[in-house]
This record gives sequence, structure tokens and C-alpha cells, in this order.
Amino acid sequence: MADGSIGLWTVPLAVLGGAIRVSTPFLFVSLGECITERSGRINLGLEGTLVMGAMSAYGISYLTGSPWLGVLAAGITGALLGALHAGICSLPRVNDVAVGIALMLFGTGLAFYLGKPLIEPTAPRLPAIDFGWWSDIPQLRAALRVNVLFLIGVALAPILYWAFRTTRWGLLIRTAGESSDAARAMGHSVLLIRLRATMVGGFLAGIGGSFLSLFYPGSWNEGLSSGQGITAVALVIFARWDPLLCLWASLAFGGAAALGPALQSVGVTSGYHLFNAAPYILTLAIMIITCSPKRTLTGAPAELSITR
Amino acid sequence: MTSEAADSAEAVGTVAPAADPGFLQRHGGTIEYVLIPGAALAAALAVFGIFVMLFGKNPLDLYFYMYYGAFGTWFSWQNTLTRAAPLILTALCTALPAQLGMVIIGGEGALLIGALSATGAALALQGMPPPVVQIAMVVAGVIGGGLWIMLAGALRQYRGVNETISSLLLVYIALAILNHLVEGMMRDPASLNKPSTREIGAANMIGTIPGTDVHWGLVFGLIAAVAAYILIYHTVFGFAARVAGGNIRAAKIVGLGVSKLILTVCFLAGGAAGLAGMVEVAAVQGRTNANLAAGYGFTGILVAFLARQNPLAIVPVAVLLGGISASGGLLQRRLGLPDASVLVLQGIIFVFVLASDALYGRIGFLKGKS
Repeated sequence: MADGSIGLWTVPLAVLGGAIRVSTPFLFVSLGECITERSGRINLGLEGTLVMGAMSAYGISYLTGSPWLGVLAAGITGALLGALHAGICSLPRVNDVAVGIALMLFGTGLAFYLGKPLIEPTAPRLPAIDFGWWSDIPQLRAALRVNVLFLIGVALAPILYWAFRTTRWGLLIRTAGESSDAARAMGHSVLLIRLRATMVGGFLAGIGGSFLSLFYPGSWNEGLSSGQGITAVALVIFARWDPLLCLWASLAFGGAAALGPALQSVGVTSGYHLFNAAPYILTLAIMIITCSPKRTLTGAPAELSITR
Repeated sequence: MTSEAADSAEAVGTVAPAADPGFLQRHGGTIEYVLIPGAALAAALAVFGIFVMLFGKNPLDLYFYMYYGAFGTWFSWQNTLTRAAPLILTALCTALPAQLGMVIIGGEGALLIGALSATGAALALQGMPPPVVQIAMVVAGVIGGGLWIMLAGALRQYRGVNETISSLLLVYIALAILNHLVEGMMRDPASLNKPSTREIGAANMIGTIPGTDVHWGLVFGLIAAVAAYILIYHTVFGFAARVAGGNIRAAKIVGLGVSKLILTVCFLAGGAAGLAGMVEVAAVQGRTNANLAAGYGFTGILVAFLARQNPLAIVPVAVLLGGISASGGLLQRRLGLPDASVLVLQGIIFVFVLASDALYGRIGFLKGKS
């Protein structure tokens, strides 16, 4: 049996598969947050956006029969939540961190409320592309069943990297993030730039949520996201606001998150919950290593309240 | 429109007589702190009413059942106060560091660690006289929760790690530790379906306030809130904390030990949330299991913001939000609303309260002429 012959190789294979599968929500949320933070605002509410995205994608996919419409609905939901965040933040003397916390609770609550009837039914899920056809090891084939959203996310990282450097939009977002005075002097509305950046960020985070409910784990329930959104926000900080680093960090996180289930599948069950907390512990550890009390982080947008 | 709105309007009407022209100048600020959150609350309730109307429910029924389930009967009052007790304590976990300008949102984690430590202390001291066990539980809960949030404070002070994110990450880590211990080392072999620790024993429970079904945790909460108020507004330590929160450089120039301030305040904040965990174990659950992660830590954040981080204002706000969550069961049974409706309402209130920050100092008739 091929199943028994690879033995402990199951673990690295599952971690590889996890790096591909579990990383996708991290990737989308971190890229979205990267855009928002580059414009000088932090949106901690993406945790709520992720859950709302998962719920609306599942609901629309169930109602229309098309998972891709579900993905679109998740993006739109995310953009609307982003607009809400930006709208409240544009009022004078309103703290963006606090609004993020509020929207985290609001998004999660609303998703649980609206998602109650969706726990039972099964919605059509997103298809996967089989990159493992050449192999006859079932675990490897399972690891290489890749979703299109992952490929889009991987492609998006270098595109964003390029867009931040060279396009007009990228420059405008960075100007708003580095010095709102400079952007204003150039005749641009900082609030409008940030509104758009937060909406695009919410759109991407919503799509990340649709991946959770429509591909992996691939169902809707209230325990679907437990902190992936906030982990991804933290990930942007130590990725130094660089989309390419966000990609590598997301892959590392996906691998770490897959460690618990992988070890469980080979019979190591004792530290199951602790291994499941690996992404959070890893985030905290990397933040401890990379942050410093003496200087602001290199690459940090100067207008960002969280690094000041 | 709503009972709360009517209450706050009435309160303002009675304390602001037009006969005294200097009144608004002297008390305009205080009135603002009641009027603006009150209006935000009323607006949030109105929006929530529209929200349930979209699902074919009558908003007037909603308001009636909310009032009835929260404050309508002696039974619902007791339910409300029982839920308010941990909310006061977890709200202090956000409100105390806020004096230093820190945004800590990890009260839920400190609550879980506090509950675990308290349970551990009780199980280790089985057979000792109940008062000894109870005091040990309080001490263990406070130290456990306190160290947990102090970790977030230390990371901020010594490594520059953002305390909002680290404290939230610590919630998930605390939950993992709790599940790990409850399903492993500390598991009661008899708990099959719901892994739990062994019971702390009926004699060691802290019991209820005589004549009520409300447990002593409420008194713990009240004492902690008053103590926090005195600490912040009537001691040199609290003054130093507020100076450091207002201007960290000024605080360093006048020679305040900012590190010590941050660590102490974070310890006290986490200690309050840890005490909430101890109370939930010693007065409600009797043991530690995953039921403890009931979201009191997250609702506490909302309580602190709605009370504008003032420890005394936390008490009535915690009662109000305890009432909202107490009415959740009635809303489920009578109106068929999902249990998450309480979460939605809390989210809407939070959004409105934050948006209302823009109104301070802008209400024409409260400015007065100078």
C-alpha cells in the first residue's frame, strides 16, 4: 500500500499542502491590509470581514449554485465593510484602531446572525486544479490539489509590489501613507484615497473569507475563522509592508497552521491544541524578534497610528 | 423611542435647569459624557430595530422583550447583575491601560488564564478550610491574569510590539493552553463529552449574596471598580499614569518610571480580568472547561469604550450590557431571533459610540458663551 509506505513523510507533505491550502486566506487578508496600511490607516476589522466574506460567499453559492458568484459577493461585502470603516474613520477624532475592534465584533456577530440558516445546507464549492497528476502517492496528490484563488493571490503579490512602485495609484497611496500634508498639497483628498484603499483591502479580505467557506475547510460554521484575520494583520507588520514578503510569510503561516492536523494524522495527538496555536505563537515570536522599541520599523508608513 | 433614550433625555432635563446661566459652562463637559453616549446608544437601538424589522419582526416587541428580559422582573434583574459582574472586571482590563494610552483587547485571554490558575489552586488545596481555598483562588486568578496582560505590556515597553495585536494573539494562545490542559493533564476522567477539570467542590464555591441569586462576584467587581477609580484619580500613581498617557516624553522628562507604570497597570488590568475568570469558576461553573470562553472579555472592551474608560462609569454600563445579554434568551424564545443577535447589537452600539466621538465639543447649546 502506498499509504503505509511513506510513513512519517506524511507530515512534511501535509505541511506543504497546508502551506498551499491554509495560506490562501492569510495571503488575501495580508495583501488587502498591506494596501490599506500603505495609505496610512490600519483596519483591525479584517477579522470580521473575513468571517462575513466566508458567510456571504457560502450563502450566495448556495442560493445561486455558482461558487464564483459567491466569491464576488464576498469581495463586495468586504468592500462595503471597508467603506464603513473608512467612513467612520474620516470623522474627526475617531481612532482607527478602535473602529477596527468594533467592526471585528460587528462583522463576526452579523455573520453568525445571518449565517444561522447556512450551517445545515451544503453549497457548491470551488473547483481545484490537480497539479499532482504525475504522482501516484495519494498524499502528494492531495497536497498539490491547488485552488485557483491561491494562484490569483500568488500572482497578485508581485503585481502589487510593482503597482506600489510604478503606477500612479501606488504612488498616491504611498503619498497618503507617508505624509497626508504632501498628498493634500498635491490637491488630492487623503480621505478619499484612504476610503478606496480600505475598500480594496476589504474586498481582498472578503475573498480570503470565501476561500475558507468554499474550499478549505469548505463549509460554514461559527468556528471557521479563529484569529486568521488578526494574524494576517500582524503579518503585514513584520512583512514590512512589502507584498512579496507578505506572500512568503503567508506560506510559512499556512505551513505552521497545518502542523497540528498533520501530526494528528500520524498519531501524535498529545499537543494537538498547542500545535493548533502555532500560527499565533509564531506571529508573536516573529513580532518580538523584529520589532524594536528604539526605532520605528523600516518601511513603515509614517502616517500609520500603530507604529507611531 | 426607547427606554434608554428616554432615561438619558430625562436625566439631562432634570440636571440642566435653564434658570442658572452658568450651569452649562460648569457642567457642560459632564453632561456631554452622558448625553453623547446616550444618544449613540439610542441610535444603535433604532438601527437594530430597523435591522430586525427587515427580518419581519416587530421592533416594538423587540424593545419590550429586551427591557423585560433585562430589567422587567426581579428574576431578570438578578440575571442581568450576574452577567454584569464579569463585565465590570473585564472592562477594567481595557480601561486601566487606556489611562496610559494603551489599547489592550486581550481581557478574554486573562480571564481564561485566571480561571485556570484559580482552578489549579483550588484543586491543589483540596481538604483545606474553604476560606483558605477561596483566598488562594483569588490570589491565583489575579496573579495568573495579571502576568498574562503584563506580558503584553512588557512586550510593548521592551520590544515595541504593538499591545493591541499581541494581547489579541494571547487570547488564542490562552484558549489553546486551556484546551490542552483540560483535555490532558487537568482532565477529570469522568468528563466524557465535555472535557473539564475536576470540580473545585461545593464547599469552596463563593455562593450568593444573601436574599438574592446574584453571586459575590458582583461585589468583587464593585470593589475593583471603586479601587481603580481611586487609584487613577486620587493617588500619585494614578496621576503619574495619566501624565504618561497624555505625553510620554513629558513623563520621562519629569522622571517618571514609565516601564514600572506600564508593567504595574497592565498587571492590575490583567488581574481584574483574571479575577473575572476566578469568579466564573468559583460562583458559576465550579470547574474549568471551554464554556468559560463565553465572550465576556470581548464585551468588556465595549463596556470600557462606552464608559469612556472611566472605572466608575463602567459599573452602570456593565449592568446595561449585562442586561442586553441577559435578554438574549428571551429574544430567542419569544421572537425567534438567533443568539447572535446580541452580538450584532453590541457591534452596532460599538460603531455608534466610536462615531459619536466626533461630536464632543461640537454641540452648540453645551458650549456656553465665554
